[in-house]
Amino acid sequence: MQDMLVQVEPLIPALRRYARALVRNRANADDLVQDCLERAVSRWHQRRDGSVRAWLFTILHNLAADQFRQASSRGRHVPIEEAGEGELRGAAAQEHRLMYHDVLDKLARLPEEQRAVLLLVAVEDLSYAEAAKVLNVPIGTVMSRLSRARERLQQELDGVAGAPGNVVTMRRLT
Amino acid sequence: MNNRPITEDDLHAYVDDVLEPERRAEVGSYLAGHPDVAKRVAGFADQRELLRATLAPIADEPLPPELNLSRIIEGQRRRSPPAWWAIAAMLLLSVGGFGGWIVRGSMEAAPGGLAALAQEAAYSYNVYAPDRLRPVEVRASDTAQLVQWISSRLNRPVKVPDLASSGYRLMGGRLVATQHGPAAMFMYDDDHGSRVVVLTRPMSSGDQNAPMTAQSNDGATGFTWADSGIGYSLVGKAPAETLRPVANEVRRQARAI
Repeated sequence: MQDMLVQVEPLIPALRRYARALVRNRANADDLVQDCLERAVSRWHQRRDGSVRAWLFTILHNLAADQFRQASSRGRHVPIEEAGEGELRGAAAQEHRLMYHDVLDKLARLPEEQRAVLLLVAVEDLSYAEAAKVLNVPIGTVMSRLSRARERLQQELDGVAGAPGNVVTMRRLT
Repeated sequence: MNNRPITEDDLHAYVDDVLEPERRAEVGSYLAGHPDVAKRVAGFADQRELLRATLAPIADEPLPPELNLSRIIEGQRRRSPPAWWAIAAMLLLSVGGFGGWIVRGSMEAAPGGLAALAQEAAYSYNVYAPDRLRPVEVRASDTAQLVQWISSRLNRPVKVPDLASSGYRLMGGRLVATQHGPAAMFMYDDDHGSRVVVLTRPMSSGDQNAPMTAQSNDGATGFTWADSGIGYSLVGKAPAETLRPVANEVRRQARAI
């Protein structure tokens, strides 16, 4: 019980970050993390040896993937925009907020499988082998998805770099 | 010096800084000679930093109450998930094999019967209930393991009584040795830290069915009975009138299966 607290609790912020980057909406993302933690607690004794971090991300990723699958099969619109982002104030925060939405918009244009790899590797610092475990694919697939994700995101970013002011325009369009 | 060609994978591993120092140096010198590739790699590195910087504040937000792990753990402990540590009683048995002879007599006259079980339960209570460090071997959080272990040692499916309605939470359990073979001990506590144990084992001899009797052993109060070849004893330091309904609940659950 105590070791679960010690090992899981410090990872909750990273789980939130991953969930938020995947599904964007804060409430949905936190619901996913909560489900993930409930499962982690009830299955703590079933986990195999190995990284607790990779184990938790696996649970979370599968929950998110289920949600994506359900959403697309129902043709339901998943709300993308954040509602309660009102805490951010001031010019710097305002700027970060624009950047945040801009980057997440671009990230959202990547296929879900590429986005997941990129986030796990580049943001959450999972090793390639851990990412392969989380996504249940061979490591070669992780590498090719990572490569495609980076190329694709680079195109998105370069597209904006050539046209200043585009950031805001694109936000309005979405 | 180096003949291994640089791969795409190397470039990504370079960006993610997971290369061995030697290989990293090789990729570095390759990039120095290939400005076009270096530009691509620099772009990847920039986007990596951009993603991290953009998403970092999310991890700094205070956690909402519903993500408080201690509460989630506590919540599950109280809820007693119905799936496996079930609604109910302890031993789901496929009777048979334990036919044997039946002694119907006073407890004193049947050392292998109910009296023995009551005595064993009292011993277990006296030894384990005061233990602050390791009162149980397998904690309630690992109930599935506990059930599997106990079931395999008792050679029959075991279920753990749920005493939440009586105000007692499962702490966990262990296997204990008795003169009549292995027995399962489950320990519970209430909000005041008062503990009770339930000891159960097959009645290898005597008292296959016996009504609930109260006894006082070594300062602890117990209620002991047997149903269909399985004996049960509940022991605690609480007054008998408090413990009797708890024992009734255990019996009710065991019979409800």
